[in-house]
Amino acid sequence: MTKKFKIVVLAKQVPDTRNVGKNAMKEDGTVNRAALPAIFNPEDMNALEQALRLKDKFPGSEVLLLTMGPSRAAEIIREGLYRGADGGVLLTDRKFAGADTLATSYALSMAIKKMQPDIIIAGRQAIDGDTAQVGPQVAEKLNLPQVTYAEDITGFEGDKLVIKRRLERGIESVKTPLPAVITVHATAPDCRPRNAKRLMKYKHSRTLTEEQDNEHNSYLPLNSADTLRIPEWGVTDVGGEEIHYGLSGSPTKVKKIENIVFQAKESKRMSSSYEEIDSLMIELISSHTIG
Amino acid sequence: MNNIIIYIETEGGKIADVSLELLTKGRSLAKELSCKLEALLIGNKVENLVDELFLYGAQKVYIAQDARLENYLTLPYSSITIDLFKKEKPQIALFGATSVGRDLAPRVSSALVSGLTADCTSLEIGDHKETKSGKEYKNLLYQIRPAFGGNIIATIINPDCRPQMATVREGVMKKEPLASAVKGSIANIDVTKIVKDEDFIVEIIERHIEERKIDIKGSPVIIAGGFGVGSKENFNLLFELASVLGAEVGASRAAVDAGYAEPARQIGQTGVTVRPKLYIAVGISGQIQHTAGMDQSAMIISINNDPNAPIHQIADYAIVGDLNEIIPRMIKSYKLNSK
Repeated sequence: MTKKFKIVVLAKQVPDTRNVGKNAMKEDGTVNRAALPAIFNPEDMNALEQALRLKDKFPGSEVLLLTMGPSRAAEIIREGLYRGADGGVLLTDRKFAGADTLATSYALSMAIKKMQPDIIIAGRQAIDGDTAQVGPQVAEKLNLPQVTYAEDITGFEGDKLVIKRRLERGIESVKTPLPAVITVHATAPDCRPRNAKRLMKYKHSRTLTEEQDNEHNSYLPLNSADTLRIPEWGVTDVGGEEIHYGLSGSPTKVKKIENIVFQAKESKRMSSSYEEIDSLMIELISSHTIG
Repeated sequence: MNNIIIYIETEGGKIADVSLELLTKGRSLAKELSCKLEALLIGNKVENLVDELFLYGAQKVYIAQDARLENYLTLPYSSITIDLFKKEKPQIALFGATSVGRDLAPRVSSALVSGLTADCTSLEIGDHKETKSGKEYKNLLYQIRPAFGGNIIATIINPDCRPQMATVREGVMKKEPLASAVKGSIANIDVTKIVKDEDFIVEIIERHIEERKIDIKGSPVIIAGGFGVGSKENFNLLFELASVLGAEVGASRAAVDAGYAEPARQIGQTGVTVRPKLYIAVGISGQIQHTAGMDQSAMIISINNDPNAPIHQIADYAIVGDLNEIIPRMIKSYKLNSK
C-alpha cells in the first residue's frame, strides 16, 4: 500500500500586523508598509506542517506551495523549501492587483486546476485581513468539499481523510473524500523549523524575475544549473477570463479608510497612591458599579 | 424580493445569540430601506424556534428541515442558502461571524459572485458616487470593519453585486426583542428538491460541543490583562482582584499569544466583544483590535505604567503606575469599604 498524495499548500506573505510599532502609519494616514516586516502568514505555517506530516506518513507524496503576490513573495516558496516542501509556484501578474478575496480565490483556483492536487491545505485566515474567506471560496470555485478550522489530520480511511476541527466551543471530527480543501486553525501544531541542509540547497532558488534583477545576481552561484528555479505564473499561464481577475473581479470596493483615532473622552488621570485608589473604590461601591 | 435575509444559526436546539443580534440590527436596516426583514432557518425539527424569530422582528421565516440537517454541514446548508438567495434576490444577507457563518458565507458568496465582508463591527446605510464614472448609488450597505491587524477602519461597499453580504461577530450588535412579536409568515423549503446525495459526502463522525465554561460576556465586571502584565504569575493578581469583586478575567490577544491566559478569555476583534458595567484594563496598550471588543463598556479604568498608552484616552479613569502596587491597593480598599 503505497498511497501518494499531491498536496498544494496555499500560503501568503503578509505584513506582520502583530508587531505594529509607532511608525506603522505615515503622517498622511496610510499604512507604512516599509516599517512592517513581511512574514509567512502564521496559520499558513500550521497548514504547511499538516502537509509535511502527510508526506511523512505517505512517503513519495509531494508538497507544493502556491502563493500569490509580487516578486518578493518568492521568499514564501523558499521558506517552504527550507522546511520540507518539494517546490512551489509564485502566482504573479499585474492583472491580479487590487483583488479582493473573491478575485484572489479565482486566481488561486485557476492555478490549482493546472496543478491537479489531491489535497489543498491553507491557513484558516491571514493576519492582514482576518477574513477566512479565501479557503471556502477556492473550494467552491473548484466544486470541492471544504473542511475549515482543522486542527489535525488524524487519519486516512478507505480513501477518505479524517480531520479534527476546532470550533468555538468544542471539536468535531469529519471524514472527507478527496480532492478536498482544508483550512488549518492556529491551534494546530507549529511548523517544524528550517532544515540546515535544505537551507544550503535551496537558498539560491530564484524566480526568473529575481535572476534578472541585478541586485540579486551577486548571490547566484557561478554554476546555477542545479539550482531550483521557482516558476512564476501569470494570467496567460493559468488561463481563465480576465474580467474575473484583480480589481474587475472584485465585487467589494473600499469606500473609505480611516486611521484609528480614539474618540476624545473625559479621562480622569490618577496617580497610583493609596488615597486616590481608595477614593475611586469608594465611588465605585457607592454607585453600585461593584459590590 | 430585495429584502434582508438573516441566516439563523442554531446549536443544541437553541438560536445563537448572534442571530438574534443580527435580527435586531436587521430591523433598523429594513426600516431605513423600507423593505422586509426575513430569516433563513435550517436544521432538523426547528419549527418551534419560529416564534422567537417573530419576537425579534422577522416578518417571514424560510424553514428547511430534514433529519440529515441535524448538524451544520457545508455542502447541503450552502446548497439551500444559494438556492434561496437566487430565488429571493435579497439586497442584504447577514451571517454570524462564527465557525459556521465563516464557513458558509464565503461559499455562498463565491457561488453567487457577490461580495462578502468578514467580521463587521458596524453596518450603516449610505450613498456612494463612483469617482471615475460619476455613477451614483443609493442606499448601499456600508460594511465597516477593522483591517490590517486593526490599525485601520475600512468601510467596504458592494456597489454592483447582490446580495451585499457580511458576517458580524457575536456581541457586537445589541440584542433586543420587540415588546410583542410580529405576525410573520412561514415558508417551507422543499429540501429534497434542492439537496442532492453528493452534498453529504463529508460526514461528521464525532462531535463534542461544550457549554461555554468561561462566561466573560455575561460578567458585569471584567478585569482584563494585556501583554504589559508581564507574566502568567502576574495574571494571578488579576484573578485575585476578580474573585474579590465577583468579576471575570479577560485578556488581550497579545496576552493570549504570550500564554498568559487561555484563548477563551480573549477580548477584541478576534475574541469576544463585551459591554460590562465596569472594565478594568491592566497592562493593555489599547490597540484598536482590543478596544473594538470593549469600548462600549459603561465605565473603563485603565492601569498602565506608560502615560502615553492609547488605552488611557478611552478610559474614564486612567491610572498611571505599576499594577503590582495598584491592584493590591484596590483589593485592600475594597475589603475595607465594602462591609
